[in-house]
Amino acid sequence: MKYVDEFRDGELARGIARAIAAEVVPGRNYRLMEFCGGHTHAISRYGLLDLLPPAVRMIHGPGCPVCVLPIGRIDSAIDLAREHGVILCTYADTMRVPASGGLSMLKAKAQGADIRMVYSCEDALRIARENPAREVVFFAIGFETTTPPTAAIIRQAASLGLTNFSVFCNHVLTPAAMVHIMESESDPDAVSLDGFVGPAHVSTVIGYQPYEAFAAHYRRPVVIAGFEPLDVMQSILMLVRQINAGRAVVENEFTRAVTREGNRKAQALTDAVLEPRDSFDWRGLGEVPKSALKIRAEYGLYDAEQRYGIAYRQVPDHKACECAAILRGHKQPADCKVFGTVCTPDHPIGACMVSSEGACAAHYTYGRFRTK
Amino acid sequence: MCLAIPARVIEVLDNDQVRIELGGVHKAISTALVENVAVGDYLIVHVGYAIGKLDPQEAEETLAVFAAMGKSADPAEPSAYI
Amino acid sequence: MAYSRPIDFKHGRVDLTHGSGGRAMAQLIHELFVKCFDNEFLNAQNDGACFPLPPSSGRMVMATDSHVVSPLFFPGGDIGCLSVHGTINDVAMSGGRPLYLAASFILEEGYPLADLKRIVESMAHAAREAGVPIVTGDTKVVEEGKGDGVFITTTGVGVVADGINVSGSRARPGDCILVSGFMGDHGVAIMSERENLSFETTIQSDTAALHGLVAAMLDAVPDLHCLRDPTRGGLAAVLNEFAGQSGCGMRLREAAIPVRGEVAAACELLGLDPLYVANEGKLVAICAADDAQRLLCAMRNHPLGRDAAIIGEVIEDANEFVQMETVFGGRRMVDWLTGEQLPRIC
Repeated sequence: MKYVDEFRDGELARGIARAIAAEVVPGRNYRLMEFCGGHTHAISRYGLLDLLPPAVRMIHGPGCPVCVLPIGRIDSAIDLAREHGVILCTYADTMRVPASGGLSMLKAKAQGADIRMVYSCEDALRIARENPAREVVFFAIGFETTTPPTAAIIRQAASLGLTNFSVFCNHVLTPAAMVHIMESESDPDAVSLDGFVGPAHVSTVIGYQPYEAFAAHYRRPVVIAGFEPLDVMQSILMLVRQINAGRAVVENEFTRAVTREGNRKAQALTDAVLEPRDSFDWRGLGEVPKSALKIRAEYGLYDAEQRYGIAYRQVPDHKACECAAILRGHKQPADCKVFGTVCTPDHPIGACMVSSEGACAAHYTYGRFRTK
Repeated sequence: MCLAIPARVIEVLDNDQVRIELGGVHKAISTALVENVAVGDYLIVHVGYAIGKLDPQEAEETLAVFAAMGKSADPAEPSAYI
Repeated sequence: MAYSRPIDFKHGRVDLTHGSGGRAMAQLIHELFVKCFDNEFLNAQNDGACFPLPPSSGRMVMATDSHVVSPLFFPGGDIGCLSVHGTINDVAMSGGRPLYLAASFILEEGYPLADLKRIVESMAHAAREAGVPIVTGDTKVVEEGKGDGVFITTTGVGVVADGINVSGSRARPGDCILVSGFMGDHGVAIMSERENLSFETTIQSDTAALHGLVAAMLDAVPDLHCLRDPTRGGLAAVLNEFAGQSGCGMRLREAAIPVRGEVAAACELLGLDPLYVANEGKLVAICAADDAQRLLCAMRNHPLGRDAAIIGEVIEDANEFVQMETVFGGRRMVDWLTGEQLPRIC
């Protein structure tokens, strides 16, 4: 696969690994957070830790939209299918997330709720058109990468004049979450972070300009990293160099897909259909201001929250669950008492275990053979 | 939620759709979020939509930097990215 | 003899009389199953098939499999040949030579007879090619909506010769791990037909009867330790099963595991890992290190093992982890599959 395989080359990896090892200053620690769940997954899946010197510590951030989706929102989605009899369309990733009452979307489906997995939100639109007598709701989740497609189908639904389609919008924003992480550094448990590996495809959409104020204000370097393991390695090297030089700017490693302004067309479309919420409850992080989107009034017809009067009920996490600390980078999966015993990918207790990109799931599935 | 993959446009279809090819697999995807798409372009595909284009020139330059990394681990060498 | 109108296979559909035990059912059995499978056992028209005892040494092996694949017809095969291959393979994976098959059908009212005929002909062809006759069977019909067109259960019996002792518990540290060819073809072929994942590919299911390959392997290495076909759950499932049964660990080399470019690409698009994708014409084998090259040669000399490869080794590990050195150079685990492998979007 062109532009994929070349970026997974083991030979080139060793070259970058040597460079990182050579440039790490003896006696110095580099605590780097990879914000994006996709990067967490790539690091685990390719065993990147084996190529990094011990001085470099990768801390997993909360960039996994399935992980940070509050249980209460999944309860609402399941309700829509069970109580309102809608056809609920969802991305596969949310199907197994445990919700309240021992349910998940998969279990609700087994009990007869019409919940359908879609690869693309366009499929949800198609289902609505093919079933004019049924109400269809698309359960929208994701960071800025996944948001423009949702905006596109709302626009399309409007132009088609559909009356049986709506979207339950749970899109969240990256910069706000990064700010929230930094704000919680005053926590006594906090591990101070030295730099950020910035998200790949979120940045394809929003550009790298949005991180500049963050880097300047918190004086932490941010390197936008591509999705492949070589990209992640190179970005770590760039962060190490900035830290050594006392610099804190935004650099772009993913030049083949990210520009400073990003995808203006996608941004404009998103802006036209969605607007920021004042606050949104993130699983594990609590209320985060200006961190999520809702559907604009002009498109109110397509807003499932309005259409069905969805009321949000906050559902607390299990007492033993350490996800709050893990999502902030204050603790590691192995620090959690229930990791790997009560809480496993098959029976996830908390946010970090529910999705294969969550810190705990990634560590359990790919890395628990490491004893360090 | 970042899983996206670069794929090559092999055919422009109606209704803001194109057919892409990746490793021999073909799929129709939406170009509602990008502009000026032509056959031969590489698109970044996410949940059935192109969210951006891949710049082959930049891709080659990035790979060249990686290759150079292997030859010299000299800390004095300036980064090509700043 | 009274005239009975022949079954309309072109336009007819399964109805409840076909499972009722009456004339209609007898006619279906006679005009379809017995006619297609065509052997002395079925032609005798008894409820069961009697056959002579196998030679007095060795052991018998019996295996059964239900087939609920959807869609029923897919690139490279259908539920019919799949059900024949699947059970022949189960018998073969015990080191056995398959002798006879039984096939029972649960048909849904309304299912087109033309499609049923295609399926049965496919089974007949598969059985003939494999040299394993379908000697007895059963047919039931359920009301419309209570089935999914056709469900098939096949059971097979065979003989394991003396001196052959293949078991998942026989893997030992130092043993070599081999696969017979490309991983993930079947699962990707099936998924390409699923409506909500539509993508176009030339990938065909690899469904095949492996007893000939297994016979060649046992000829070359009678002391083969483990054999299993990586169906649901893929290669990862089989290796974790072996690790658990044998109480040891494994170390694989990702670069050595054969995966077709198209399968890798389809998995990328869908967010799947080829190691967890089903195969229906491949096997995993574990043998002593000294036997590995001979085994590999024997496999590669057989049409169904041309792309066989040594992919790793068994190691001491009380944790029974299956580890892998990635193409990138770092290590990861290849754990049990969690839940059902739905395409990952993240």
